Amino acid sequence: MSNEGTNDRTTATMRVKRGLAEMLKGGVIMDVVNAEQAKIAEDAGAVAVMALERVPADIRADGGVARMSDPAMIEGIQEICSIPVMAKARIGHFAEAQILQALKVDYIDESEVLTPADETHHIDKFAFDVPFVCGATNLGEALRRISEGACMIRSKGEAGTGNVVEAVRHLRNITGDIRKITQADEAELFEWAKQLQAPLPLIQELAETGELPVPLFCAGGLATPADASLAMQLGADAVFVGSGIFKSEDPAPRARAIVEATTNYMNPDVLVKVSRNLGTPMTGIGMDEIDVRMADRGW
Amino acid sequence: MTTTTIGVLALQGAFQRHIQAVESLGANARAVRLPEDLDGVDALMLPGGESTAMSLLLGANAMTDPLRALIADGMPVFGTCAGMILLAEKVLDGRPDQVQLAQLPITVRRNGYGRQVASFEADLVVPALGLEDDEPFRAVFIRAPKVEAVGQGVEVLAEVDGDPVLVRSGPLFAAAFHPELTPDMRLHRAFLNSL
Repeated sequence: MSNEGTNDRTTATMRVKRGLAEMLKGGVIMDVVNAEQAKIAEDAGAVAVMALERVPADIRADGGVARMSDPAMIEGIQEICSIPVMAKARIGHFAEAQILQALKVDYIDESEVLTPADETHHIDKFAFDVPFVCGATNLGEALRRISEGACMIRSKGEAGTGNVVEAVRHLRNITGDIRKITQADEAELFEWAKQLQAPLPLIQELAETGELPVPLFCAGGLATPADASLAMQLGADAVFVGSGIFKSEDPAPRARAIVEATTNYMNPDVLVKVSRNLGTPMTGIGMDEIDVRMADRGW
Repeated sequence: MTTTTIGVLALQGAFQRHIQAVESLGANARAVRLPEDLDGVDALMLPGGESTAMSLLLGANAMTDPLRALIADGMPVFGTCAGMILLAEKVLDGRPDQVQLAQLPITVRRNGYGRQVASFEADLVVPALGLEDDEPFRAVFIRAPKVEAVGQGVEVLAEVDGDPVLVRSGPLFAAAFHPELTPDMRLHRAFLNSL
């Protein structure tokens, strides 16, 4: 055999789809609403950007129906960015996902931040070549999304609040139950599958490996370098920062500080250095002040 | 004989997979983030990830000069994907502030194979590396860099459709793909054996 001639290429395998999530580990994915913000994000060291029409804080404030972004806006961001560009589709809205795939976005986020399009069914993510990330508030939800083909899970948190409390709750829900399952015996695994409403083979695999079969990222309410460190120390592989950057007083230095904090999350000396003089973070809101819980969307 | 210590650059990316691979082969692996982590390291692995983010973090963590000095002194390095970009003499479609750690005489184009939908797997045959059997190596390419030119002294160890994807020049190895994403440890073993 020689290398001459043509090698058979296979695209869109699970390894290829999950592989991009592996490459984003230890990084920060930033929400951006235009090409100018995308440039700031890339300059600050983001590993990817999430293109969306309005950051979650504005979606929350404006109300109404939140949908997939205008293709022209996504193309504008793809034009200016050399890092991966992700975009959001509504839960269950496979037509939006088809459009995003035709645009060749690098990851599709089937996201609770947008208004759900289907109150029963999530998108069949195996039907797509572009990989999907989905939110989860607990392990059962995470495993259901994986069983539908999601290649990355992010804890949902509560987007657009600048309040990290829900992200912490969801991350701890997921990692805590994983730890318990690794201690369970064979018979108990059946009960776990029932309780979590998740496929038994995924539970059994989890018991064996001690980790999700796809990367686990953290999202929803992160606003400071310390928030990023907290998420990483709680077991996240990487972080999404949405409103936290571009709703703050001075986005560029804050974005860069969060990038450095995510890499050096275990090093308090670095965290001190990068946290200094960042200006005012987004104001944020308490959980008892909000009407809409985006994290409750998804089934 | 003391066990070899492989420093795996752990600023961002798939470094944990490389650490697991190195440890499974009986060598010590150490995550390196800051200059002091480089003490006593015998060889380096530069993982896949985003080369733009890594460039910024190399600067922020004051790693650029110490790494350049070690590599110029002849330290063996295996760079995969983004790691290949960091080693390359010339990078196309890069950012102006992209960090370059070595002078490996190759020209690479970032994301040269296209966006994620074009990411792929392919079988490689790597005879020159003395892989212990004829089984092809299943290589995973993720938004991979494309090697568009190789200079003098660069040995092309594997190709995909005529484009080099695995190269060696002296102590520097570079792959456009991700040997850390597959259970096949032959390339990691070949690198360790070369030390």
